[in-house]
Amino acid sequence: MDAMLDNIDLLLRGFTETAKLLVASGALAMLLGTVVAVARVSPVSVLRAAGTTYVTLFRNTPLLMLILITYYGMPRLGIDFGFFGNITLAMGVYTSAFIAEALRSGVNGVPLGQAEAARAIGMPFTMTMTQVVLPQAFRIVVPPLVSQLIALTKNTSLAATFGIAEATFRLNGMLRDFPADRWWIFGGYALGYIVIVAVLSAIAISLERRWKVGR
Amino acid sequence: MTAPTVLFDAPGPKARRRHRLIAIATIAALIAGLGVVVWRFQTTGQLEYELWEPFVTPAYMQILGQAALDTLKTAVLAIIGALAFGGLFSVGKLSIHRAIRWPSWLIVEFFRAVPLLMLIFFIWSLYKFETGIMAPLVLGLVLYNGSVLAETFRAGMNAVPIGQVEAAYAIGMRKNAVMRIVQFPQSVKVMLPAIVSQCIVALKDTSLGYYILAPGLTFAGREIWREYDNRLQTALVLAVMYIAINLLLTWLAKWLEGRLNRSESRAARALADEARRALA
Repeated sequence: MDAMLDNIDLLLRGFTETAKLLVASGALAMLLGTVVAVARVSPVSVLRAAGTTYVTLFRNTPLLMLILITYYGMPRLGIDFGFFGNITLAMGVYTSAFIAEALRSGVNGVPLGQAEAARAIGMPFTMTMTQVVLPQAFRIVVPPLVSQLIALTKNTSLAATFGIAEATFRLNGMLRDFPADRWWIFGGYALGYIVIVAVLSAIAISLERRWKVGR
Repeated sequence: MTAPTVLFDAPGPKARRRHRLIAIATIAALIAGLGVVVWRFQTTGQLEYELWEPFVTPAYMQILGQAALDTLKTAVLAIIGALAFGGLFSVGKLSIHRAIRWPSWLIVEFFRAVPLLMLIFFIWSLYKFETGIMAPLVLGLVLYNGSVLAETFRAGMNAVPIGQVEAAYAIGMRKNAVMRIVQFPQSVKVMLPAIVSQCIVALKDTSLGYYILAPGLTFAGREIWREYDNRLQTALVLAVMYIAINLLLTWLAKWLEGRLNRSESRAARALADEARRALA
C-alpha cells in the first residue's frame, strides 16, 4: 500500500502520457476513419475497393506489428516523426479502420428517406453526405465510436516498451521494484484506466442524449 | 435497395466521366504511393538480400513455422478458456440470485475495462518475470476475452424471442432446462459472428507475448531481427502471416455460417434474423 501511495506521482505522470497518446491518436483515427468511411460508400467503385482493402488490411494486423513498422521501420526508410509521432501514427491508423467500419454502419443506419430527400432537392453526393447523412450518422454511431476510443485507451498500453513512459510502463516498473505491494499497485493502475473508461462512457451517454435525433 | 446506392443517383454521362476521372486519379495516386514506398526501400538499402535472407532460408522458415504453431496453440488454449469463462460468467450475470449476479457483473466489467497488456504484466509478476513461458499470456487472454464473451453470450441469450422462453416455461421446464434446451441452441447461431470476431481479436493479441518473451511469432521475430538487424522486414513478414491466418479464420466462419443458415427452415431463419437485429 505504502509503495503505491509514495509513488502516486509516477502513476499520475504515467496517465498524463496515456492521455496524450489517446488524444493524439484518437484525433488522427477519427480523421482517417471518416475519410475511409466516405470512400467505402462513394459512387466510385475504385474508391470503394481501396477503402475495403484499407479496412481489411489494418483490422487484421496486430497493432504491435504496426508499431514495430512505424517505430523501427520508418526511420530506416528515412521517415521519422519522432517516437511519439511514430507510435501515434500506428495507433491512429489501426483505430481508424475500426472507426471507418463503425461510421459506415452508421451511414447505413440513416433512414433511406433522408438521402432520397436530399437527392430529390438536387444535392450531389458530397453535399448529401456532408449536409444530411454524415451529421446523422455521427449521432447514431456515438456508442460504437466511444467503444472504439475505449479500446484505443487500452491499446495505448502497447507503447510501454517503446520509449513512452505511459501508465503500463510505470506499472511494470513498479511491479519489479515493489513486488510485495503488487496487488495494491495493480489495483491503483487498474483504477486509473477504469476512471478514463468511465469518463469516456459518461461523455458518450451525455452526447447521445443531447444529440438524439428527434423523430 | 441497400443504403449505399441510395446515397447517389444513377450516374449520367457527365457523372460517369467524372467517376472515371476520380477512379483513374485514385489508381494513379495509389501506384505513385506504392512507387514512393518501393523507391524509399530501394534508396535506403532496405531491399538488400541479406535483410530478407532469413525468410527464404529453410532453417529460419522452420523456426517461424514452429513459432506459428506456438502462436496457434496459445490462441486455441486462450479461446477454449475464454469460451468456458464466458459461458460461466454469462450464466452468472443472468442468475436470479443477486449474490451471484453482482460479483459476476463486477468481475466481467473489471476485466473488460483494464488493458490486456497490464493484466499480462501483472500475471507475469506473479510468475517472477520468468521468460519463455506461455501461462501469463494465456491467462490474460482468457480473462479479457472471456469477459467480452460473457457479455456477448448474455446479449445473445436475451436476444432469443421472449415467446420461446415463455412457451418453454409454460410447458413446465425449469430455468436450467429453458436456458440449456431453448435459449442456448438458438442463440449460438446468432452469436457466431461475434464469437469469431472475438477469436480474431484473441489471435491478434497473442502478439503481446512479445512483451513477456513468451514463445510465439513475435518472439521468433525478435530472435531473427536481433541476428540480422532487420526489424522492418521481420515486422512486415509477421504482419502478412497474421493477416493470412485471420483472413482464413474469417473465411472459415463465413462458410460455417452459410452452412448453418442453409440447414434452417424459412421460419427459423426469420426468427434468427429478428434475434440478430435485436442483438445488433
